[in-house]
Amino acid sequence: MENYLSIFTEYDIPGAFWVNIQLTFWAAIGALVLGTILALLRISPVGSFQAIGTSYVNLIRNTPLTIIILFCVLALYGQLGFVLSSDFQNNFFRLAVLGLAVYHAAFVCEAIRSGVNTVPLGQAEAARAIGLSFLPAARMVILPQAFRGAIVPLGNTLIALIKNSTVAAVGSVATESSSVMKTMIEFRADIVIPIFLTFAVGFVIIVIPVGLLTTWASKKLAVAR
Amino acid sequence: MKSDHQAQASSDGPIVQLTGVNKHYGALHVLNDINLEVTKGEVVVILGPSGSGKSTLCRAINRLETIDEGTIKIDGKTLPEEGKALANLRADVGMVFQSFNLFAHKSILENVTLGPIKVKGMKKDEAKNLAMQLLERVGVANQAGKLPAQLSGGQQQRVAIARALAMKPKVMLFDEPTSALDPEMINEVLDTMVGLAKEGMTMLVVTHEMGFARKAADRVIFMADGQIVEQAAPEEFFTNPKSDRAKDFLGKLITNH
Repeated sequence: MENYLSIFTEYDIPGAFWVNIQLTFWAAIGALVLGTILALLRISPVGSFQAIGTSYVNLIRNTPLTIIILFCVLALYGQLGFVLSSDFQNNFFRLAVLGLAVYHAAFVCEAIRSGVNTVPLGQAEAARAIGLSFLPAARMVILPQAFRGAIVPLGNTLIALIKNSTVAAVGSVATESSSVMKTMIEFRADIVIPIFLTFAVGFVIIVIPVGLLTTWASKKLAVAR
Repeated sequence: MKSDHQAQASSDGPIVQLTGVNKHYGALHVLNDINLEVTKGEVVVILGPSGSGKSTLCRAINRLETIDEGTIKIDGKTLPEEGKALANLRADVGMVFQSFNLFAHKSILENVTLGPIKVKGMKKDEAKNLAMQLLERVGVANQAGKLPAQLSGGQQQRVAIARALAMKPKVMLFDEPTSALDPEMINEVLDTMVGLAKEGMTMLVVTHEMGFARKAADRVIFMADGQIVEQAAPEEFFTNPKSDRAKDFLGKLITNH
């Protein structure tokens, strides 16, 4: 037991999880903004905009996250010299955030689109009938209701994002939890299984409140019709 | 009942003018060479069996339905195909739907103020005053803070009328405004509409309410199979229909009541 507990003093495990939370936080904001824009493109009346949104979703959603993050680090930064921070470590962190945001935006887009499908067509017609053009109608009438209808799928996307933030390990973010875990396992092969369990339980503890919160919010914020 | 309210006419031409309008849904010719003019202050009621194209006609006038051929003009201006120009024109055309379509996430007051504030750039206080006046007029001012789902169907439809009026439209379109209502709520909505008609609002009403047509219409248009079959003053139409189609339609109504 003492043997096991020593890993908490030897390694900064809460700090490692904190890096994942930070990755998630910034990537979630990016994915929400980009995903909302993509959803607007996909529901817009202009065919070419729809095509852009659809192409993005089909390309990005069907590409493994590992490949996207490796692309950010090896191609964007390594090959093309695309730098997001002058600090060497922070640059990898931001590239990983970029990759996570770009990838999850496709899922956010589809979650919002499923929310749009919960909004009756008459809402859009009424908005158009009082003279609102597409963007104001989307912003003031459609999206506020769509987000409320999309809380559960958006929550699922957030949960996936939290766990997927460990893929930042392939993007040289050495401080996040799965990288730290890999290091620990190398040095403490005697307690491999407890180490795995520690990180598994850690993620469960982080994710469970998100699930509870989305269930609560989806009921609380449901649009009465 | 229209004549004395025509003083502020901005132009002498018709408010709504449809010329040679055609629309197909696949093989179905839903609008067949429609020609129609509605002059300022006129109340036109469109009657006809289900599937005769009357709702499609109503919705085509503010381009919620596209048309294949023909032109539609609102106050002399041809209906634009899309974009800002279409939005501007729609702001001049009030629309009341069968299913009310109040913005479900906004309060009654916000439903009415949204258009004036966001489309017309009216100040919030001014829009609120206007909205409260209109809600007062349709008899639901005491519900201003509630959400649409908390109101009865009849109340919701009266709010929808207030929402359309808040844009100070040149013409109001009613697409079967009482068809989704419980019987005891139909009259409160019809009374509001009769009031509007008396005040000189230009109205085009698709309905099955023969009582409203008799009471408020200046002209009745009878549609069947996508065509305007007959048009006449209400008394003339109900007592002395010309076409067999209209006779048949009216005959069925009478045997059912």
